[in-house]
Amino acid sequence: MSYTKLTRDELAKRIAEDIAEGSYVNLGIGMPTLVGNHLPKDREIFLHSENGILGMGPAPVKGAEDWDLINAGKEPVTLLTGGAYFHHTDSFAMMRGGHLDIAVLGAFQVSVTGDLANWHTGGDAIPAVGGAMDLAVGAKNVWVMMEHLTKSGESKIVERCTYPLTGIGVVKRIYTDLAVIDVTPRGLVASRSISGISFDELQRLTGVPLLPSGARAAA
Amino acid sequence: MIDKIVPSLEAALADVRDGSTILVGGFGGAGVPEELVDALIAQGAKDLTIVNNNAGNGEVGVAALLKAGRVRKIVCSYPRLADGYVFEALYRAGKVELELVPQGTLSERMRAAGAGIGAFYTPTSYGTDLAKGKETRVIDGKHHVLEHPLHGDVALVKAERGDRWGNLVYRKSARNFGPTMASAAKCTIAQVYEIVELGALDPECIVTPGIFITRVVKVPRKAGGNRVPAGGVTRGISGRAAV
Repeated sequence: MSYTKLTRDELAKRIAEDIAEGSYVNLGIGMPTLVGNHLPKDREIFLHSENGILGMGPAPVKGAEDWDLINAGKEPVTLLTGGAYFHHTDSFAMMRGGHLDIAVLGAFQVSVTGDLANWHTGGDAIPAVGGAMDLAVGAKNVWVMMEHLTKSGESKIVERCTYPLTGIGVVKRIYTDLAVIDVTPRGLVASRSISGISFDELQRLTGVPLLPSGARAAA
Repeated sequence: MIDKIVPSLEAALADVRDGSTILVGGFGGAGVPEELVDALIAQGAKDLTIVNNNAGNGEVGVAALLKAGRVRKIVCSYPRLADGYVFEALYRAGKVELELVPQGTLSERMRAAGAGIGAFYTPTSYGTDLAKGKETRVIDGKHHVLEHPLHGDVALVKAERGDRWGNLVYRKSARNFGPTMASAAKCTIAQVYEIVELGALDPECIVTPGIFITRVVKVPRKAGGNRVPAGGVTRGISGRAAV
């Protein structure tokens, strides 16, 4: 069988469709911001930005940028009707205090027990953490959005992270361009794969043990 | 009559001393008190510890202060900006010290300083490189890290308008660290675009009450609105600018 990996937008759409009406959601910088473009129009979903916004809206039309209204990636955004501004300490109380339902974060690696490495590649890079560690420990559900494999073909889902950790045992679900994988007490469960890829092929590419989706119901 | 309004940026900063810890508001380009930072460069204080979420971008604000050689140490959460080359060069040359703090911990450490809290336990950073050497404790089955307050000698914040008692309101996400930093320093200086009469700010909506403010200085609005940061976006997880 042949398969085609999901594009970034297809992956963003898959994640967006899994976000329930009424959820308070933080989208991490980088790839996760794409999820905001695919939120179902018939659901009210509250986007939170660490720099003090709830009810964040899409990017403004060209020429209408307001540089006092930016997202975590420092890009101009808008505020939905009913949205609110607040200061940083309140914003991180929302994040750390368990008030956010979902944080969608990028990652370099996720371990079989849900350890997350997404802030630093180590070595010579300038270290920069931002709000990643606060989201990792604070959101009720940490979902990772990433490519399944590195550019050189290695699995980003690993037995133990080799990059510096952001949080320990924090990831609940991994969305990749090949599959959706739940981190459960029994291990990683491949709950949904893209069409055309067999479980055996997914297992071969992933390198660490996966359980088939039926295992979740039995768990 | 209490009047915290000072006539000039120079007057606002006259007593800043070498070796001070200075809390500088702003997140990316929003809420950065650029006029106060520029005036601080002119004022000449050196050997400073700067607390800011970022480490400056381009050659304005904190980056300009770094370039002028006035900064001994930066305490921040995210020094890696697409246009953060001034910090990067100084850091790689060992000319500026970096204390990297998770953003929520940075904010809460200043809140603790302003609120008279001795120290606090947070789950953030447990088990990571940023918790190395710190005391930890299990509370309700969850691992926590002990963090200490972060006090400023001076805080520089940007607000939208203020009155002579120092009451402030901010604008949109430019509020960010302003209210917390205002509470955490011995001397807090606010730059505002408008000074209004007492009573003109709705008491229900004042964000920073004047007790936290030492001085207020009016600055002119920039032509064309807020400065568009040149390449001041954050690099995303992919290493590219977030899109």
